[in-house]
Amino acid sequence: MEYAIEVENLTKKFGDITAVDHISFKIPKGRIFGFLGPNGSGKSTTIRMLCGVLTPSSGKGRVFGFDVVKDAESVKQNLGYMSQKFSLYEDLTVEENLDFYAGIYGLSRKVKEARKKELIAMANLTGKEKSLAGTLSGGWKQRLALACALIHKPKLLVLDEPTAGVDPVSRRVFWEIIHVLSRQGITILVTTHYMDEAESCDYIGFIFNGKLINEFAPPEEIIKKEHVKNLEDVFISIVERETNTKVSSSFQEMKFLEPDE
Amino acid sequence: MKRNLFNWQRFFTIIKKEFIQVKRDPISLRIPIVMPIIMMFLFGYAVNTEIEHIPSAVFDQSKTQESREYIEKFTASDYFIIKYYVSSEKELSELMDKGKVKAGLIIPASYSTDLSRNLIPQTQLIIDGTDPTTARTAMNSSMLISEVYSKNLKEIEIKKLGTSIASLPGVSLNSKVWYNPNLESSRFTVPGLVGIILQNITIMLTAFALVREKERGTIEQLIVTPIRPIELILGKLIPYIFIGYGGFLFSLSICIFWFGVYPEGNIVLLLVLGFLFVISSLSIGMLISTFANNQLQAMMVMIIVILPSILLSGFIFPMEAMPKAISVLGYILPVTYFLDIIRGIMLKGVGFDFLVHDIIALVLFTIFLLSIATLRFNKSLD
Ligand SMILES: Nc1ncnc2c1ncn2[C@@H]1O[C@H](COP(=O)(O)OP(=O)(O)OP(=O)(O)O)[C@@H](O)[C@H]1O
Ligand SMILES: [Mg+2]
Repeated sequence: MEYAIEVENLTKKFGDITAVDHISFKIPKGRIFGFLGPNGSGKSTTIRMLCGVLTPSSGKGRVFGFDVVKDAESVKQNLGYMSQKFSLYEDLTVEENLDFYAGIYGLSRKVKEARKKELIAMANLTGKEKSLAGTLSGGWKQRLALACALIHKPKLLVLDEPTAGVDPVSRRVFWEIIHVLSRQGITILVTTHYMDEAESCDYIGFIFNGKLINEFAPPEEIIKKEHVKNLEDVFISIVERETNTKVSSSFQEMKFLEPDE
Repeated sequence: MKRNLFNWQRFFTIIKKEFIQVKRDPISLRIPIVMPIIMMFLFGYAVNTEIEHIPSAVFDQSKTQESREYIEKFTASDYFIIKYYVSSEKELSELMDKGKVKAGLIIPASYSTDLSRNLIPQTQLIIDGTDPTTARTAMNSSMLISEVYSKNLKEIEIKKLGTSIASLPGVSLNSKVWYNPNLESSRFTVPGLVGIILQNITIMLTAFALVREKERGTIEQLIVTPIRPIELILGKLIPYIFIGYGGFLFSLSICIFWFGVYPEGNIVLLLVLGFLFVISSLSIGMLISTFANNQLQAMMVMIIVILPSILLSGFIFPMEAMPKAISVLGYILPVTYFLDIIRGIMLKGVGFDFLVHDIIALVLFTIFLLSIATLRFNKSLD
């Protein structure tokens, strides 16, 4: 089977910190992959290496068979990326942002106009074309970022916490779009801290302290394996196992309200 | 897959985006208009280094018709007012200690006999150096006065002897005074200001534009696109070439039409070299952007560059008057050469031949700065 992403012993060090520690995994085409893990576990760092933003310290990454370092150009043509922090131009309008990325990906005028129309409709941005991106609220911003990441019809879409700080309705709208895209054959790699979102992924993987805890597997399988009720419990039991402390009991030791001796 | 080294569509897309951002940024568009106006009027009027009526004392040991004539030249110049006639050097130094006079002229007893024997009489001007500006004016103007006077004397001599001027020792005049005989400081300051303004506008806007992408995180989204560093750099810089050059033309017009300092030399040469200087300032701005992660840091690094460029470039203090170690610093600033060029063309009317050293230095600096800025910038995208 051909893979969308293949990662072998991928490692990133920032000075003394090993943000990503010899990670290996393979992701087949056309599915949604949830990448879970606590803050600072190395999700963004892994993703940024795959997208060519960071150079790996060691190890290999391949996207559709192209090496992310040596063949970065080919990787970039096939990849749409939404970074954790909103990174479009806030002083440009919705339409100007789309025009800009269309130009950067070398779309012809005709193709550009058609895609823009399509994406504005898909991302529910109708009526906001002339608004400055900076004046949009959270949910709208995220959908604009998604539209920009899709303007060149990438085969792989990488989303780093796309729904952080977004209200439940916008979250639902956003994920409906993700599922539509997936049905059209786009491979999606997404990180999130929302377990309801994670549960709707085809496969999920846990990362902790820069290491992958399990193989990518469907959420139901993981829940069964861990003998718990839901993904949130999986998350917590993994963190407890890895740190050797009980998450719930660690708060009992706090004595803020008791008088000091 | 088609792979071009340079994609024009991407390049123009970036230029277009940059122009839209400049248009919406209240600062970028106003700087090239507001900065020349404020700086030209501030420096052109407020900072007046022109000094007149320097209180002086005279110690005339010759007391002859000729020495009185010489003193008269001094009083006629308006730069010196003879407040005291003294009869000893001690008296003169007392007056200076008390601050009653800032200059003292000593004429030797042998003044008229030297003249009649065709020797050059050694008069002496003592200047209170505590105020360097006054001292400089006093020195320059006294030199001019004496030299013009001795030239007159020689011409009289020539008429008497019937010989040609070539057979007499040449008269060398202090060049700064020569090209600005009225010692109007605005004539000296304002063209220099055009250079300084051009530099500051370009450095500031370029550094800000490049740092902004880092500060706002928009660079991350750009890196995942197939864009090449060279397209990004050139595309981002071109709008600022326009703006920097616009600021140059605007301040040059203020210099010409408001201050009435008309270019004596070839204006086309000046316009071409001005463009070269925009590019070199642009490279400095780019270089600064590679040292800063946000606009505040960029501003601080900028001060490190802009301050010496005002103090050490010869803009205010002449290079010749600086201690050697410090003037060396001035010579590693491109603006120093551009000031030579713009003053040369505006005030002296000299052409390419006379400026060739400055031009070569400016070209070399530009190439050097542009290369290291591009290299460092490429790295910083990593
Ligand atoms: N540019 C950097 N320089 C130094 N350390 C970094 C850098 N980027 C990330 N790190 C460190 O690497 C580790 C992993 O960070 P990363 O951003 O990948 O985590 P994350 O899983 O995305 O967390 P979050 O859920 O908060 O987004 C953290 O300890 C972080 O402090
Ligand atoms: Mg992250």
